[in-house]
Amino acid sequence: MSKPAYIIPADGKVMACLDASAYTESVVDHAAWASRRLAADLVCLHVLDRKPARPARADFSGNIGMDTGVELLEELTELDAQQARLAMRRGRALLEQARQRASDAGAINPDGQQRHGPLAQALTELEDNVRLFVIGKRGEAADFNTGHLGANLERVVRSVHRPLLVTSRKFQAIERFAIAFDGSATTRKCVEMVCMSPLLKGLPCHLIAAGDETAALTEALAWARTELEQAGFEPETIIQPGNAEQVITEQIGELDIGLLVMGAYGHSRIRHLIVGSTTTAVLRSSTIPVLLLR
Amino acid sequence: MSFLYSARRDWFSNVRADVLAGLVVALALIPEAIAFSLIAGVDPKVGLYASFCIAVVISFTGGRPGMISAATGAMALLMVTLVRDHGLEYLLAATLLTGVLQIIAGYFKVAELMRFVSRSVVTGFVNALAILIFLAQIPELINVPAAVYPMVVAGLVIIYGLPRLTRAIPSPLIAIVFLTLAAVAFGIQVPTVGDKGDLPDALPTFLLPDIPWTLETLWIILPVSLTLTVVGLLESFLTAQIVDDLTDTPSDKHREAKGQGVANIVSGFFGGMAGCAMIGQSVINVKSGGRGRLSSLVAGVFLLLMVVFLSDYVGMIPMAALVAVMIMVSIGTFSWRSIVDLKHHPKTSSLVMIGTVVVTVATHDLAKGVLTGVLLSALGFARKVSQVLVVEKSLEDDGETRRYTVTGQVFFASASDFLAAFDFREVIERVRIDVSSAHFWDLSAVGALDRVILKFRREGVEIDLVGMNEASRTMVDRLGVHDKPDAEKLLGH
Repeated sequence: MSKPAYIIPADGKVMACLDASAYTESVVDHAAWASRRLAADLVCLHVLDRKPARPARADFSGNIGMDTGVELLEELTELDAQQARLAMRRGRALLEQARQRASDAGAINPDGQQRHGPLAQALTELEDNVRLFVIGKRGEAADFNTGHLGANLERVVRSVHRPLLVTSRKFQAIERFAIAFDGSATTRKCVEMVCMSPLLKGLPCHLIAAGDETAALTEALAWARTELEQAGFEPETIIQPGNAEQVITEQIGELDIGLLVMGAYGHSRIRHLIVGSTTTAVLRSSTIPVLLLR
Repeated sequence: MSFLYSARRDWFSNVRADVLAGLVVALALIPEAIAFSLIAGVDPKVGLYASFCIAVVISFTGGRPGMISAATGAMALLMVTLVRDHGLEYLLAATLLTGVLQIIAGYFKVAELMRFVSRSVVTGFVNALAILIFLAQIPELINVPAAVYPMVVAGLVIIYGLPRLTRAIPSPLIAIVFLTLAAVAFGIQVPTVGDKGDLPDALPTFLLPDIPWTLETLWIILPVSLTLTVVGLLESFLTAQIVDDLTDTPSDKHREAKGQGVANIVSGFFGGMAGCAMIGQSVINVKSGGRGRLSSLVAGVFLLLMVVFLSDYVGMIPMAALVAVMIMVSIGTFSWRSIVDLKHHPKTSSLVMIGTVVVTVATHDLAKGVLTGVLLSALGFARKVSQVLVVEKSLEDDGETRRYTVTGQVFFASASDFLAAFDFREVIERVRIDVSSAHFWDLSAVGALDRVILKFRREGVEIDLVGMNEASRTMVDRLGVHDKPDAEKLLGH
């Protein structure tokens, strides 16, 4: 918490967050890709977030007999225990599959890990020796058709202090990437982080900015350009009037971008509640993986 | 975000089950609220309004989703004298003051004090409560028409027998409906709820208690409010712990304390008596599938709707049906396991439990019972720890020096044992007392050591005291030593 967000342990691992959703294979593939690029170990994480058990048959008898409380506690504990054991076994099988797949895809030292608790909490507890989290856009509980993001994702994005690779449904080799840029401190940090990291080294790069061609924006873009060039990239800049979500989505399609880099949510919750957030909107509409930087 | 998330989880993660459980609880709350009003000596509507207000308000302000709070027996028992001597308006004022005190207690994190209330005291508390609820039913069984007895028995048979056939409908409700229909159909003349006082015929309205707002009034209500505060919070924390365990989820006890306070203030302004969390109802709620805040809200709202719109019918309920329900409540509250446990639990624990029960039942005051229990367990603990003291005697190589090595805890309870371990009659040149492995906890300990030294000096013995600095470190009044850097030295030497 107290650490600045951008100090990321260089020897940290890539952590793939898995569940039994349609995104799992894609998450493993993306994580394996990142592990190779970063020369970092891969850890596959499965979090067991137990839903409190409920007796199978409803009891509306409304009466309490001798030591009903004690009996109820035993009954609920037993139900929870069964559920937990099952989930643990399923998780282990899932992790084993993932490890195999990651190993085939060339990931470095793929390993599995399980933890109890809500996902966001587990990740913040583990993030000290992680340099990149990889997570699917939706979890097993989310309905793909609604277009909504997984309930866990936003919570995770807001609580972790590490870069977060949000994967699309299917992995495709990433051949060019784009940075969503608006000249703000957050997006400047994104540029700096891209420059520092080996993750995207050598890939063709685009800087996408939405808005009018003001002096400030042009200047900021020039700065970003120089930074990237110094780091060995050959960036192309694009400025398009319009709102960020639309411009970014359009340009991604037109330029056949394979990965989008953008800043994660700001801290203004109130604002987010009222006007929504570009991050959420772009995440929702994009069909390519998004690398969120804090 | 986290606020929205927790609000969504607390309220809407379990809607269907919460609503159903809330209905079951509301049905179980009605007879209890009426019965507890009668225990306190007020009209049934006072308890019913209180149950509505508290259940609804606590669903928003409480720290333990899924817990049910309303007018309770524990609180009703404490109001009897105030109501008898001064009337309802003073009870409403006392309820307001209780709320204020509970909010203050919440800010001062009184929940932390629960650590001093041992398990045996808690068991004693619930057992005493069960006994008192049962005893409160006796007046309804004395000097009543003979028809009451078979009706109570029939009620109990239905309540306990029906769940064996079906668990889809609340059996206490069926018992009440059946007995009411029987009484009306056969024209059985037995006392009914309607005979006992007013039932709500309208929604509760806001009003200030009609009392002189003077210091004199304050002195009348303050003692009652203080005990209400203590007992209310105690039962609420206790119930919260039970729900925590049942659902394997955490609760915020400090928020719960403040929430109980707000709920009681609202209750007082709307003509209700003070209440708190209910062990039995909360267990029923969890058993019926209730987990979220919605269950408590539904229970409160449904209770009021039913009572207001069915008040004519509620008045017809025979007291016998109510007594049957309350006997069930007292049986359900009592910890039967604790009777079995008496055989193999430590004697001191059993003594604490029984002491709590005896004092409570004798005084009808759960606060006094709990205080007794806490004191008894503290004494028992002091006695046990006082046995952790060994004084070893040995002769040093020169043959003229007696060495006493003191290991263990020296404090008020072990000071005399400490003193008795020294042999003052021995004729010897020198005495060396090594206290570096002892803990001197208080002034009694230091006083005892002083006396040992004086006595030896009077016999002309030379005294050599070793390790006093280490030993008296424990004297320093510091709480929470375990997280201080030198704690290891202090506890481990």
